[in-house]
Amino acid sequence: MVSPAVAVLERHLCLYRRLWRASAFSSFVLPVLFLVSFGVGVGRYVGEVGGVGYLAWIVPGVLASTAFQMAVGDSTYSVLGDFKWVRGFHAMRATPVGVRDMVVGGLLYALLRVESAVVVFLVVAGVFGALRSPWAVVTPVVAALLAVAVAAPVMGFSASIDHDSYFALLFRFVMIPSALFGGVFFPVDQLPQVVRPLAYVSPLWHGVELCRAATLGVAPPWPVWVHAGVLLVFAGAGGVWAVSAFGRRLRD
Amino acid sequence: MSEQPLIRARGLVKRFGDFTAVDGIDLEVAPGEAFGFLGPNGAGKSSTMRMIGCVSMPTSGELRILGMDPARDGARIRGRLGVCPQLDNLDPDLSVRENLTTYARYFGMSRARARARAEELLDFVQLRDRAASRVEPLSGGMKRRLTIARAMVNDPDLVLLDEPTTGLDPQARHLLWERLFRLRQRGTTLVLTTHYMDEAEQLCDRLVVMDGGRIVAEGSPRSLIGTYCTPEVVELRFPDGVDPAGGLEGIGRVDPLPDRVLLYTGDGDAAVAEVHRRGLVPSSVLVRRSSLEDVFLKLTGRTLVD
Repeated sequence: MVSPAVAVLERHLCLYRRLWRASAFSSFVLPVLFLVSFGVGVGRYVGEVGGVGYLAWIVPGVLASTAFQMAVGDSTYSVLGDFKWVRGFHAMRATPVGVRDMVVGGLLYALLRVESAVVVFLVVAGVFGALRSPWAVVTPVVAALLAVAVAAPVMGFSASIDHDSYFALLFRFVMIPSALFGGVFFPVDQLPQVVRPLAYVSPLWHGVELCRAATLGVAPPWPVWVHAGVLLVFAGAGGVWAVSAFGRRLRD
Repeated sequence: MSEQPLIRARGLVKRFGDFTAVDGIDLEVAPGEAFGFLGPNGAGKSSTMRMIGCVSMPTSGELRILGMDPARDGARIRGRLGVCPQLDNLDPDLSVRENLTTYARYFGMSRARARARAEELLDFVQLRDRAASRVEPLSGGMKRRLTIARAMVNDPDLVLLDEPTTGLDPQARHLLWERLFRLRQRGTTLVLTTHYMDEAEQLCDRLVVMDGGRIVAEGSPRSLIGTYCTPEVVELRFPDGVDPAGGLEGIGRVDPLPDRVLLYTGDGDAAVAEVHRRGLVPSSVLVRRSSLEDVFLKLTGRTLVD
């Protein structure tokens, strides 16, 4: 017998099969273009960062940032839409599918999407010679942890709002600052001391540093268990929030 | 098993804050019955349906669905229900067939079983030639039929239909009624809400009239008409400026409306003859059998509820 969460995942995949063209470019091609333009173009002027070429240095950053953005993308409009417009969650609610299954199914889908993009990205990065350590094989695991750490709380957020204009706030005040100051394009210690905590509270920074440690074979700024622990806390707390927000939204 | 009612409610109450949507109702629905909730908007029909569908918990009172307690066995009960909600919640970007198969999987059916069941249902609701098309461009009637097919996907013991034909054109309604009638003949238990009297008369063995969260009458369509109404109704229209109300006294129960006068009577033709004998000259006369609509308006009043 199929688990209800897997049935929810299958619906996402079925929808994806219909609509994949719209997202294939942004999940597979765009990160690679990013890599080429920044790594090769900007890298020529930057030279070395932390003892390696700029391209090798930003590969893990762009990878983590891609995972981060895809995780956000898969847990915003589609979640609000399934409450407000399509009412897909209401359809599930009338069946044995429970609130937890809806959340888990959504997270599984985000994971699958992130992992497929990460694998493609790693292959391209490897071709460019940007993977400097056998530890690179754990980057998909880090990306998975990061994806759940981001997707779960964002799903909670999306289930709690009533209008999509709140997403503009999320993008403007959470996503873009994270992407700019989360250690993707330059080390966080270049930032003024007072601003650094902003990076420390973002799951992206922890994901970036773990990925970088893996692809370059260096120690991350903080102990691995602290970085991983922060991501786990985001994932756990976010999951609890998402399940309770879904439950509240569907209860009457 | 057949002795046990599929739905049993005692003193069922649903409150939203200060507002009491369902105010202590008792009801039982037996296997194989087609049972209707009739009532104006806001009467508490949909709230009752959501409690029966185990998506909304009663505030108080006792509720048993298929002999189980919704608070404890919600998922198990829902696994044996088919729900056709008032608002369509199909996946507009998926095909007709995919809507059936993805939904079947929610019930834990195998892929092969889900596909086979989808094929059977495509025939049943006559959507075979649209199976591969997206749902979004379908007409309202087709979407409703698909929603009903989807509700049947798990071969449910009990099918809940919340205003199944609201917003459909007459052809679509009749096709849907005919499909629901077929379900009834197969012995599927149907519970539906409606504010269309003809729908209730067509589809229901037994119904309750709800108003203000309470059940105000219960019985078969015929028996309700027999209890709350006379067999026939005469609709009389008079030329402008003629007020006949006084002259009609004693012929039957008189219900003066702004544009016409209704006379509730056992024998319409005799009543019309009496009207003419009294020298009244209506501009138009219509004798008809009384319908549930007359019962409904008598029980729930003529005030517009929004």
